[in-house]
Amino acid sequence: MRYLPKSPSERREMLDAIGVRDIDDLFSSIPEDLRLQSPLRLPGPLSESELIQFFRERAAENAQGYSSFLGAGVYNHLRSVVTDAILQRGEFLTSYTPYQAEISQGTLQAIFEFQTLACELTGQEVANASMYDGSTAMTEAVLMAERLTGRRRVLVARSVHPEYRAVLATYARNLGLEIVEIGYAASGQVDIPALALAVNAETAAIVVQTPNFLGVLEPVTRVAQLAHDAAALAVVAIAEGVSLGVVRPPAEADIVALEAQSFGMAPNYGGPYAGVIATREKYVRQMPGRLAGQTSDAQGRRGFCLTLATREQHIRRERATSNICTNQALCALAATVHLCLLGKEGLRETAEQNVAKAQFALSELEKIPGVRRGLTGPVFNEFVIRLPRAVRLVNAQLVRERIIGPLPLGQFYPELTKCGLVCVTETTSRAEIERFASAVRRILDRPIRENLT
Amino acid sequence: MYPSDYRYTKEHEWVRLQDDIAILGITDYAQHELGDVVYADLPKVGAKLTAGKSFGTVESVKAVSEIFAPVSGEVVEVNAALRDAPETVNKDPHGQGWLIKVKLAAPSELSGLMDSQAYQAYVAEKEKEASA
Amino acid sequence: MTDRIKKARQHTSQNEGLIFEKSAPGKRGTDLPPLDVPAVDTRELLGAEYARETIEGLPEVSEIEVIRHFTRLSTWNYAIDLGMYPLGSCTMKYNPRVNEFVARLDGIATEHPYQPPELAQGCLKILATLQQCLLEITGMDAATLQPAAGAQGEITGLLLIRACLGSRGNPRKKVLIPDSAHGTNPASAVIAGYEVENIRSDARGQLDVESLKELVSEDVAALMVTNPSTLGTFEPRIAEVAELLHSRGALLYMDGANMNALAGVARPGDFGVDVMHLNLHKTFSTPHGGGGPGAGPVLVKKHLEPFLPVPVLVEKDGRLALNANRPQAVGRVRAFAGNFGVLVRALAYTLAYGPGIRQATEDAVLNANYIRKALEDVYELPYASASMHEVVFSDARQKRFGVSTMDIAKRLIDYGFHPYTTAFPLIVPGALMIEPTESESKEECDLFVAAMRTIAEEAATEPEAVKTAPHSTRVGRLDEVAAARKPILRWKPKPSSEAAD
Repeated sequence: MRYLPKSPSERREMLDAIGVRDIDDLFSSIPEDLRLQSPLRLPGPLSESELIQFFRERAAENAQGYSSFLGAGVYNHLRSVVTDAILQRGEFLTSYTPYQAEISQGTLQAIFEFQTLACELTGQEVANASMYDGSTAMTEAVLMAERLTGRRRVLVARSVHPEYRAVLATYARNLGLEIVEIGYAASGQVDIPALALAVNAETAAIVVQTPNFLGVLEPVTRVAQLAHDAAALAVVAIAEGVSLGVVRPPAEADIVALEAQSFGMAPNYGGPYAGVIATREKYVRQMPGRLAGQTSDAQGRRGFCLTLATREQHIRRERATSNICTNQALCALAATVHLCLLGKEGLRETAEQNVAKAQFALSELEKIPGVRRGLTGPVFNEFVIRLPRAVRLVNAQLVRERIIGPLPLGQFYPELTKCGLVCVTETTSRAEIERFASAVRRILDRPIRENLT
Repeated sequence: MYPSDYRYTKEHEWVRLQDDIAILGITDYAQHELGDVVYADLPKVGAKLTAGKSFGTVESVKAVSEIFAPVSGEVVEVNAALRDAPETVNKDPHGQGWLIKVKLAAPSELSGLMDSQAYQAYVAEKEKEASA
Repeated sequence: MTDRIKKARQHTSQNEGLIFEKSAPGKRGTDLPPLDVPAVDTRELLGAEYARETIEGLPEVSEIEVIRHFTRLSTWNYAIDLGMYPLGSCTMKYNPRVNEFVARLDGIATEHPYQPPELAQGCLKILATLQQCLLEITGMDAATLQPAAGAQGEITGLLLIRACLGSRGNPRKKVLIPDSAHGTNPASAVIAGYEVENIRSDARGQLDVESLKELVSEDVAALMVTNPSTLGTFEPRIAEVAELLHSRGALLYMDGANMNALAGVARPGDFGVDVMHLNLHKTFSTPHGGGGPGAGPVLVKKHLEPFLPVPVLVEKDGRLALNANRPQAVGRVRAFAGNFGVLVRALAYTLAYGPGIRQATEDAVLNANYIRKALEDVYELPYASASMHEVVFSDARQKRFGVSTMDIAKRLIDYGFHPYTTAFPLIVPGALMIEPTESESKEECDLFVAAMRTIAEEAATEPEAVKTAPHSTRVGRLDEVAAARKPILRWKPKPSSEAAD
């Protein structure tokens, strides 16, 4: 087998050196009745070309060559080939967690740079080396707020990504946290009066996402004020990091949970991505996740090492603040490379293109009879549209034209039936937007019964 | 080495009485076991301590040690110098490296603690066990 | 000194500062195509409340500077592609390159998790095939591929235990965990809302079955076990332990970190495990990438299936879909369906071997035992029990000269290797935990053995050289104390009044 560097004679030599007759002798500590007598029933073995063939066939069963208007927490952005060229260097790809700092300076310095970039983007003072994704980063941020305030009540805007909320609920249940959902106003932003009524001395945190799941920017300053007035913390989740190119960062937030997927990570059907927690320096010892710190050796040479490790599970064991061991290092590296390539001007330009294309798409769609903008608040690259018939019906027709239409919102927000979430990024060409709008127009022109066929 | 007017616990904390205020710290043995102290997580002024219960931690790079209250009472002062210079716990564990000052709730609890001779013997036992 | 070291020699490597230190206004690393729709004044559109003034601190550098910067950084790392990582319980095996290729295919890397199922059958088939393979390898009945890593797999598993026992009337209060366990085990238990009771290993470093008989009360929900243990030895009475737990209404959780000793040879499902996780970045070859991403699928027996987190893979009329409508589910452990990119790589690995996966396991156990035999006269073996895919020594003999496992590990770096796992498991003071994996040739194993034997000699004859190692790296031992006392966690621009470095 091509991954095993042994010849039969070498195996024999090694068995002799150990002093056993047969490889099975080395498994004698496993009770006989537990040892398998026949090979597992598994597909394969496949040669390299057969493997590639297998996956090409799978690829052909997906949506190759389709135009997509999906966002909702996962965004299509331009990725430079430089990113993969660097990620594929064996010294990054196949290296271990940098516990042995002397031979991991490459990884550690890259993490330090990532932490710095995350601070610059979010307007916070300190950031970690990444968590699994935005949903778990947001959950960990809430747990942090609970530890810092000693309170158990958490107010979460309903406009936060439904799957993020579901993850929070799963963890919160077992830790005795009370989650209270606050609805949204006609703007699509969190209902501020309702929030003001709900905040009390038991509140650990208020959680919003900006831009939120409905594409609308949240009034972070006002939310933070409400939280701070009650000595609670403001937790802000960000799923679309490119928005930070033109949107004010949530500097008043106490903890930011950023999903970094938009920076150099392909959609990959949902993962792997990289969440980041960014916060105030005074909270750093309550922050989960790895941290790379700058230090020096005995000769005064600058170097980097993992630090504040006593927060982590392998030392605190049952007193750990979190059980997270892994950081998404390679994904964070992708984000770091991507952001360095873009630079401050490139990120701004990308964000501006997103805004312009989304506004263009919105105006084209609003020209269609019966199609209206769904919410009034300010948006970045995603917005809600209201259609005169079920979004699913329209999408089924769009698929025949190799277009993946807006995300139907009724499945997440029952009050938003016939509403769809449209995302447009710098990767969507004008021609695609026009083709999409004209297809929607044609489909809505047909009587419904034709849509059903 | 171990001041004769202090009292000591099996978890290697020391207590020194100053009128009705008890000053608490960890012993030289404890700081040596821990290694370079990087951080002390201490309660706030006003916190109530119960004898025998953990009230904070002292951390080195690779380990976290809980500190247990030798006596019950209310915290009246916390050693602010440790925030910027946690290494004081290593350098002067019985003096400048004190952790907190507590107003005693039950001064009689002190009598249950070891005196310096007993503690020295206890430490000697521990060291013998470790090298066995 | 250099004559003794066969595997490595010093070489000039490039220096490189922080990327921010190279930044200068006006440099660009990438260009966008021109805007093909009417431009919008974003500041005006968003208004003062939402518009950003500027993004300070993002560097401005050219493409070549980015390539050089990260290439230089990469040359400062050790990696599997360069040589062995003898790290116990990490299973640092070869990361096959074809896995990287297929994961990047157009139509694989490009798919959005909210694509309608009829446009994602390829992705779903990948998930289904991997699931089936993992179930066959472990002998379990059902799976979730969602958890992002082993630790997340553990907490998912514990939530499943809580839900299952809860449905029977009482979720119970405690989880028993051996003192040899990895720190994530107790941390996960606490986050799942359980108390942890540590149980001591017996004189052979194995589960003390007699004391377990006393400890498994009605308050105990589960025992979390790693098998083979963190000592690399198979728990001989594991089936008996499972029966004991089951007879008292408790469940057996297995940490699958050491699956590299079992794949194709024995199946946890056969010895009574109710729920377990796998680390795909260990046994299943997905790359560590400097610390992640990984994946920690959880596999369960039938009685735990209803509680699996949403969404669950279902098949109807030959079509696959993800079903989130599961009333008894513990909830959702992460957004979307899992670390799909990692799952693709794990499937490619599994398909490459097929039933031949047993050979990998055999080679892993062969390598570990070969190394054990070659070193057992110079390093102390704290436990005589048979080693499987990893062997644990202690530094007891070297300690006499004041040399610890940490020092030996650092000296190993000078010999061209990454250190083994030091100071774990906690039940072996001064542990050296060595797991070569099947990816190491006899030559690499021999070089490792030679290095370790020479270092043992050095410990006796020139301990200072070992205690102050490594000597050949770009930086020496770093001041971790200063890093923890006064953490510097980001680069900051110097105020313009200060002179440049």
